[in-house]
Amino acid sequence: MKLTLKIWRQADAQARGEMRTYQLDGVSEDMSFLEMLDVLNEQLNASGEEPVAFDSDCREGICGTCGLMINGQAHGPEVTTTCQLHMRTFSDGDEITIEPWRADAFPVVKDLIVDRGAFDRIIQQGGFISANTGSAPEANSVPVPRDKALRSFNMATCIGCGACVAACPNGSASLFMGAKITHLGELPQGQPERDTRVVNMVAQHDHEGFGGCTNIGECTAACPKEIPLDVISQLNKDLRTALKHGH
Amino acid sequence: MAMTDPSGTVPTNKPSVQVSDDAAGYYTPGEPLVDPRTPTGPIATRWTNRKFENRLVNPANRRKLTVIIVGTGLAGGAAAATLGEAGYNVKSFCYQDSPRRAHSIAAQGGINAAKNYKEDGDSVHRLFYDTVKGGDYRSRESNVYRLAEVSANIIDQCVAQGVPFAREYGGLLDNRSFGGVQVSRTFYARGQTGQQLLIGAYQALERQVAAGTVSMYTRHEMLDLITVDGKARGIIARDMVTGAVETHTADVVVIASGGYGNVFYLSTNAMGSNVTAAWRAHRKGALMANPCYTQIHPTCIPVSGDHQSKLTLMSESLRNDGRIWVPKNKEDCDKDPRDIPEEDRDYYLERIYPSFGNLVPRDIASRQAKNVCDEGRGVGPMVGDFRRGVYLDFSDAIARLGKKGIEAKYDNLFDMYERITGENPYEVPMRIYPAVHYVMGGLWVDYDLQSNVPGLFVSGEANFSDHGANRLGASALMQGLADGYFVLPNTIREYLADGPFEAIGDDHPDVVAARESVQGRIDRFLAINGERSADSYHKELGNLMWEYCGMERTAEGLRKAIDGIRELKRDFWSNLKVLGTADSLNQSLEKAGRVADFLELGELMCIDALNRRESCGGHFRAESQTEDGEALRIDEEFAYVAAWEFTPAVENDPNEPQGSMGTPVLHKEDLLYTAIEMKQRSYK
Ligand SMILES: Cc1cc2nc3c(=O)[nH]c(=O)nc-3n(C[C@H](O)[C@H](O)[C@H](O)COP(=O)(O)OP(=O)(O)OC[C@H]3O[C@@H](n4cnc5c(N)ncnc54)[C@H](O)[C@@H]3O)c2cc1C
Ligand code: SF4
Ligand code: FES
Repeated sequence: MKLTLKIWRQADAQARGEMRTYQLDGVSEDMSFLEMLDVLNEQLNASGEEPVAFDSDCREGICGTCGLMINGQAHGPEVTTTCQLHMRTFSDGDEITIEPWRADAFPVVKDLIVDRGAFDRIIQQGGFISANTGSAPEANSVPVPRDKALRSFNMATCIGCGACVAACPNGSASLFMGAKITHLGELPQGQPERDTRVVNMVAQHDHEGFGGCTNIGECTAACPKEIPLDVISQLNKDLRTALKHGH
Repeated sequence: MAMTDPSGTVPTNKPSVQVSDDAAGYYTPGEPLVDPRTPTGPIATRWTNRKFENRLVNPANRRKLTVIIVGTGLAGGAAAATLGEAGYNVKSFCYQDSPRRAHSIAAQGGINAAKNYKEDGDSVHRLFYDTVKGGDYRSRESNVYRLAEVSANIIDQCVAQGVPFAREYGGLLDNRSFGGVQVSRTFYARGQTGQQLLIGAYQALERQVAAGTVSMYTRHEMLDLITVDGKARGIIARDMVTGAVETHTADVVVIASGGYGNVFYLSTNAMGSNVTAAWRAHRKGALMANPCYTQIHPTCIPVSGDHQSKLTLMSESLRNDGRIWVPKNKEDCDKDPRDIPEEDRDYYLERIYPSFGNLVPRDIASRQAKNVCDEGRGVGPMVGDFRRGVYLDFSDAIARLGKKGIEAKYDNLFDMYERITGENPYEVPMRIYPAVHYVMGGLWVDYDLQSNVPGLFVSGEANFSDHGANRLGASALMQGLADGYFVLPNTIREYLADGPFEAIGDDHPDVVAARESVQGRIDRFLAINGERSADSYHKELGNLMWEYCGMERTAEGLRKAIDGIRELKRDFWSNLKVLGTADSLNQSLEKAGRVADFLELGELMCIDALNRRESCGGHFRAESQTEDGEALRIDEEFAYVAAWEFTPAVENDPNEPQGSMGTPVLHKEDLLYTAIEMKQRSYK
């Protein structure tokens, strides 16, 4: 198939970006979206124009490196990551607009690449259980009810891609944080630090310039791992409890 | 029958003596190699003793000691967190934008540990035995025993960190049996075990970043090792955003940069997985061991066309219920498989291996798939001259267990398959094909995980140490975390006990030389200004490697590959085209550096494979087979580790700024067993 691609080009963080239009022919429906961009880049390289910079690594939907706004939707029209989106979703003659994540807390680095370092800094403030190597008790000494273990696991599947932030009109990272709060909060091992975790993570979130949650729900619709909206209720509940405890 | 020796002193085998010399002219024989840190005594006490013998570092001294760790996967991330907790000054590097994205994240199946929770006869000794046997008697017994020994601690540690492993109704941990092993010792978190383990290590790492013990350098690529007076003293890294070539000095350097399977271009590795960190160390004197040992996984989604950028693994567990077949007749290969009657199908694994059938080991399943496709009986789209795929058919299983039953077991895999191929595997048989998945080879290390370059340690997939010529399923995650949490922190202190070492300034001549050499290479890539992209060279290299240094190898093919790679290398250095600048984010430039190193590694792998005229573990040498066509291992000649030393070329390609690769020197380390006896395997 033949496509018209409108792609955001920006030389570096300081430069002013612009949309540029490219024609691409010979796209097969078996290609992944990123393989389609690979083909474009080979073509650009041959013609002497610098290839489009975009992030990807595992290309199997698990590392969270990739992420593009495709026709205004984070990761495109399907519930999956950009790397797992395939060209059979599109049709011959389509025009596709490709932009980076847009959020104050995710500044553009180059073309379609953004800086998501803010996510790591949120985790640094409490997204962990303090258990130094060697200090762990025998693994089966603390049973975890299966339903809790399952819910914990489901929330731990967040890949930290940032689509939730990109999709949110407020640029909030509440879904990402809620997933982590719930992953650790469902486990007995996560209880001792439960209050400080939520208070410190939320403080860092606000400090990074992410917006507040006004319950729009775009985040969960864009999330490739289908993290449900109720983790944000959990986040708010944990925060209230922590404040009640005097944190 | 020879007996194993409980005192650990009398070996059950004799050192091998190589008679064949297929690689004559391609290498220089070197001095034999002995691991100077080989532990002694009964096998079960070796690690305990070593931990005691290794000196301690005074807690007050630790923050004065700087440890560089390249890699934030299970091996590097776990080590950085643990050494940070112990109070060392750690600098941690990864090329991704976050340490959480290391390729360990992609592991699906699970992690082994000898917990014996099922009371099914598992033990440290059994895990040890299975691993040495699975590696086809090409690993060091002491290393493997230690791995099995610390495996149970890993699970404890991960659970304490909040890793949500699968659990039974009573709330205790669940296990499954994996990869044909007869005990249930594999812990898992649905099909995302690697992700959950890595997030555990990542969170522990970020906690140390907040505590100020670890400085994190993301989007940084190691491009050289700094050695001073023969010791590793730091790295040269490029800030991939600004392009700045930075100097980082330290008391000790750890490389945990993962595997180099991408030398085959297509593999299940991540796009950025590379050999650069390891290869740069190799060029600085670190030995590269058994580079040709590659694992090829039988159940991957086949290549769909020329555009293919990577391959996706599907869990091996599919072979428990799916039946593998191809048409008996070539003419049927492009038919709808549902229209091919039973009598025209060849269930070739069930036919050749009646007792193991579809559950034969990975290497056999992979090789036979390639054979039937080479015969022209493959299915799916044409890729080059052949159809590269075989059917994995669930229709019998669906009839037996119902669609619901299959859904419950494999739903996410079936979904993934449909997303990638656009075909519904509940209706049409899946197509699978083998793909490069893991490398057992890597930088040579002693028992303490130190390379032959003092102060350079290597852990995880980047070292060669534990899996011999083949790796058991669910054992790489175990090794990465064993190295990172428990082994390295206990061995590195012996080296650091002599520190802190004299500070090295950025203006030290050896540091300046390393920096200038990195800069020179970057400048050269940008200056060639030829016609071809780095990616196109990578693809061509991958084709050569897959064809001649993949599952089945011959002396003739390997020689052809070496010639081909040499020619490709010359063309690369004179006809490469890299646009953009050095002082900005430049993915073409990054790629060029990685491909340059893969070209050299590829040549060494072929030389190693050429020398090893035996079929062993994951690879098959056509010249070494039994009468009925099965792999024939030759212990009398090859029970050794092949450790290769880099030598610069006598005649340089003037286009290569750092000098070309010359004839490598082969050092052999004998493998002697005291706690186990070698046996030939048989699956017929
Ligand atoms: C698809 C797949 C499924 C698998 N499933 C299983 C399984 O079920 N069970 C099992 O036991 N094993 C499995 N394996 C194998 C296992 O996942 C890996 O062997 C293991 O995770 C490797 O860990 P590592 O820490 O050594 O390297 P990695 O996790 O690959 O980490 C490498 C690190 O090094 C960094 N790095 C690399 N080069 C440089 C450089 N030049 N400069 C700076 N940083 C650099 C990277 O940024 C990264 O942080 C699987 C592998 C794959 C590919
Ligand atoms: S919550 Fe979903 S969208 Fe947000 S970072 Fe996690 S996986 Fe991505
Ligand atoms: S590249 Fe890893 S999730 Fe897309």
